[in-house]
Amino acid sequence: MNPFSSGTRMRDMIRAIRACKTAAEERAVVRKECAAIRAAISENDQDYSHRNLAKLMFIHMLGYPTHFGQMECLKLIATAGFPEKRIGYLGLMLLLDERQEVLMLVTNSIKQDLNHTNQYIVGLALCALGNLGSAEMARDLAPDVERLLQFRDPNIRKKAALCTIRIIKKVPDLAENFIKPAAVLLKEKHHGVLITGVQLCTDLCRVSDEALEYFKKKSIDGLVKLLRDLTNSPYAPEYDISGITDPFLHVRLLKLLRVLGEGDADASDSMNDLLAQVATKTESNKNAGNAILYECVAAIMSIEDNGGLRVLAVNILGRFLSSRDNNIRYVALNMLMKAMALDSQAVQRHRATILECVKDPDASIRKRALELVYLLVNENNVKQLTKDLVDYLEVSDPEFKGDLSAKICSIVEKFSPEKIWYIDQMLKVLSEAGNYVKDDVWHALIVVITNAPNLHGYTVRSLYKAVQTTTEQETLLRVAVWCVGEYADLLISNAGMLDIEDPITVTEADAVNVVETAIGRDSSDLTTRAMCLIALLKLSSRFPSLSKRINDIIHRHKRSLVLELQQRAIEFNSIIGKHEKIRSALVERMPVLDEATFSGRRAGSVPNAVSTSQGAPPKIPNGVVKPAPPPLVDLLDLSSDDVPTSVSVGGDFLHDLLGVDMSPAPSQGTNQTKKSGTDMLLDLLSIGDPPALSNSAALDILSTSQDSQSAGDLSGKSPTPLLSVKASTSAGSSSMMDLLDGFGATPSVPVTDAPTYPSIVAFESSSLKVTFNFTKDPSSQHTTLIEAQFTNKSPNIYSNFVFQAAVPKFLQLHLDPASSNTLPASGDGSITQTLRISNSQHGKKSLVMRMRINYKVNNKDVLEEGQINTFPRGL
Amino acid sequence: MGRFFLVKVIRELSGMILTRAPKLCNFVEWRGYKVVYKRYASLYFCMCIDQDDNELEVLEIIHHYVEILDRYFGSVCELDLIFNFHKAYYILDEILIAGELQESSKKTVARLIAAQDSLVEAAKEQASSISNMIAQATK
Repeated sequence: MNPFSSGTRMRDMIRAIRACKTAAEERAVVRKECAAIRAAISENDQDYSHRNLAKLMFIHMLGYPTHFGQMECLKLIATAGFPEKRIGYLGLMLLLDERQEVLMLVTNSIKQDLNHTNQYIVGLALCALGNLGSAEMARDLAPDVERLLQFRDPNIRKKAALCTIRIIKKVPDLAENFIKPAAVLLKEKHHGVLITGVQLCTDLCRVSDEALEYFKKKSIDGLVKLLRDLTNSPYAPEYDISGITDPFLHVRLLKLLRVLGEGDADASDSMNDLLAQVATKTESNKNAGNAILYECVAAIMSIEDNGGLRVLAVNILGRFLSSRDNNIRYVALNMLMKAMALDSQAVQRHRATILECVKDPDASIRKRALELVYLLVNENNVKQLTKDLVDYLEVSDPEFKGDLSAKICSIVEKFSPEKIWYIDQMLKVLSEAGNYVKDDVWHALIVVITNAPNLHGYTVRSLYKAVQTTTEQETLLRVAVWCVGEYADLLISNAGMLDIEDPITVTEADAVNVVETAIGRDSSDLTTRAMCLIALLKLSSRFPSLSKRINDIIHRHKRSLVLELQQRAIEFNSIIGKHEKIRSALVERMPVLDEATFSGRRAGSVPNAVSTSQGAPPKIPNGVVKPAPPPLVDLLDLSSDDVPTSVSVGGDFLHDLLGVDMSPAPSQGTNQTKKSGTDMLLDLLSIGDPPALSNSAALDILSTSQDSQSAGDLSGKSPTPLLSVKASTSAGSSSMMDLLDGFGATPSVPVTDAPTYPSIVAFESSSLKVTFNFTKDPSSQHTTLIEAQFTNKSPNIYSNFVFQAAVPKFLQLHLDPASSNTLPASGDGSITQTLRISNSQHGKKSLVMRMRINYKVNNKDVLEEGQINTFPRGL
Repeated sequence: MGRFFLVKVIRELSGMILTRAPKLCNFVEWRGYKVVYKRYASLYFCMCIDQDDNELEVLEIIHHYVEILDRYFGSVCELDLIFNFHKAYYILDEILIAGELQESSKKTVARLIAAQDSLVEAAKEQASSISNMIAQATK
């Protein structure tokens, strides 16, 4: 006896495993058994290989790895005896799948077994091939299987038929070889062979048009006769199920007839009577009968139209729909979806019942019913149906609310007859189930709202009322906060009152209350709070008398640990506090958001990364590493012959532009640009010699110097977190300070008496707009100061926003850091950045520039680039 | 990846099916497929099918299989299936191949299984008698 054999019989192992009380115990037992089996395998133990494989299969079913046993299967299959082959093939089917390469090794064994004298061994091989065969095996063994289709024993013929199905699915080219042999099977008497033969013919027709034609020509009448005889046959105990003889064969035959009749009027004609007979005669009190009826209805729906039959079918479905058996109702709902395409009127008649099914306690039925209701909606019934669905939304299960609200929103968007109804319904849905609603749904709502100026007052007042009562729905709150911010003046003044509205009194303070509550809620998330801040800014502009109070609210968030909120709070605080002149311009009423663009982008679901502005800029391959500086010829396809270079902040900025490293921002924390970061800071703060700085040290200098030098300006600024990308942010804040401070002091303010140059839209795509405002540096004719303003045209926030530019050699470009690198959505704020260009060919050549913008939206990186040729002359 | 997938599948489906109340329909939708299940005492038999398969027929197939098991084991219970899982598989292989029905006659299936079982018995007897002979000879 093999000393390494575990010795336990399989049932003892199973008993031991079942006796384990913890997972760890079980693992220990399994480990021990596996070790013994492994040892036995490596010792090439013959005696217990059968038992070992059986144990291995059990262990596999429990979920443990058993790949070491795969070769054992092959060994057992190759053994001569029947029991070994039997367990070997079973092991093969359980432990392997067709992706394993080991499977190829079995091909030869299977081939030999297919030609074995023992028909049960042939059966084993056919079974394994049919369950597991890969395409190569199918190709190799197809001739053997074809031969077996005519084997003397029906047991083999039926297995061969099913094996053939797999072969033709894996290798459709081989289908033609099997058409004639399959047709022969249809003449059989043995039910097993008939069932498998019919199934084979059905699949042949699906895979090969030639087969379809053949069977249509030759076999329909035979099949019709077969089914008729079957339907009329007397009681046959061997095949009887619930009083029907062999319902399986019924169903298969109906399926084949459906495939043959589809799209073919003649074929359909020859089966009409039979289908009518089956439809009327089959008993439907038991599942077997209903299965046949169901298949019959499916056949009638698919074949060519015969008015009477269709009516019959829909009647059956109607009966099914009112059955008390849930299974029947389920399949009825399923089939009615297909019936919609053929006779939607008939299905509409059952609308009430279907609507009831949406409220069914059974989740599967609810799902089907909801899908069907969606198909039933048309312009006439949309209002009633939506009302029913929204009413149900209030009482539905939480798991269902997501699906239901999504469907309602979909229906509302598709069929809404007028905007006010749309807004009303959406408000109801948001009030009920706002938390389940996806982002693009409420974005779409906002787009619609902006496009309905006559409803702005109504909308904001409805939202105001809604949030007084419903406090838990985040999405509702966001839409409300946005609208209150935008249309607060309409809210107070009751402007644009519609007839259906009751007047409400809302004071300025009330409006601010709404936003204050929203931002103060514990459960408000980042997006909501960010939107609240922007709304507060808007309110401070619309209600100047409450500026102080609003400023206090914003002030509370200047120490927020969330960077986005902190940044916004600081910036807005600053605007309210010191820059009232520009505040109203900043937060003017939003322009109407372009619905077409929005829905187009939504359909595409990826924001356009290609600039669609003037001309088609040559594409730069993303992320291509260009080691040496000069290859800029690709970059700038300018008419100028100069090899373009660019000088901007830090000499290595160009590398960034070429995509050497895709890290954004001029003041980047890479080793290369470390120096540039320092230079930039020097420029900004006019500090003397800085020590060799790392990025964090640079930030320290920034904060300390700010504290000392411009303490007055940056009251209460807290040090920002030290992230490399954010280096530009903190610098950005200070640079924004400089920018804005500069409005009064330096000549870089657009409002001067120097010759003004018209602003241009440097770049515009469907998601982004870039404006350039120009002023000349009074100290130097060649130098132009450009204030670049970036506006986000989409409803998604852009983060990591970085603008880069390159100019030809005769120009010198200097970029100041941007005001921020988050661009709020829908133009709710913008990023500004100052550029300084010196034109050595001033007067002879115009400015020209290539720009590239990187940002992140919805966690995807986006690149937009373009060339700006529209600089005013004389710069 | 492949081997643990089965366990993951079972876990997911158990979560969906075991929580369903008794009177509900026997179909759940899972990852784009339909799963038909039928409960017998403490056992659930599940079959995963495509969108265009006939669910009601599949219920009958499950019942067909269970009845055959019942006849084979004589009032089959859960323990029979645990300790004789390989036999349950052998029977399944006579009813379905690649998910398609193979034989609608319970009598035929029983006969085929019996024939194969007796082949196994015969082989066992032969093996034990040979080893007896060898044991005798080498004493």
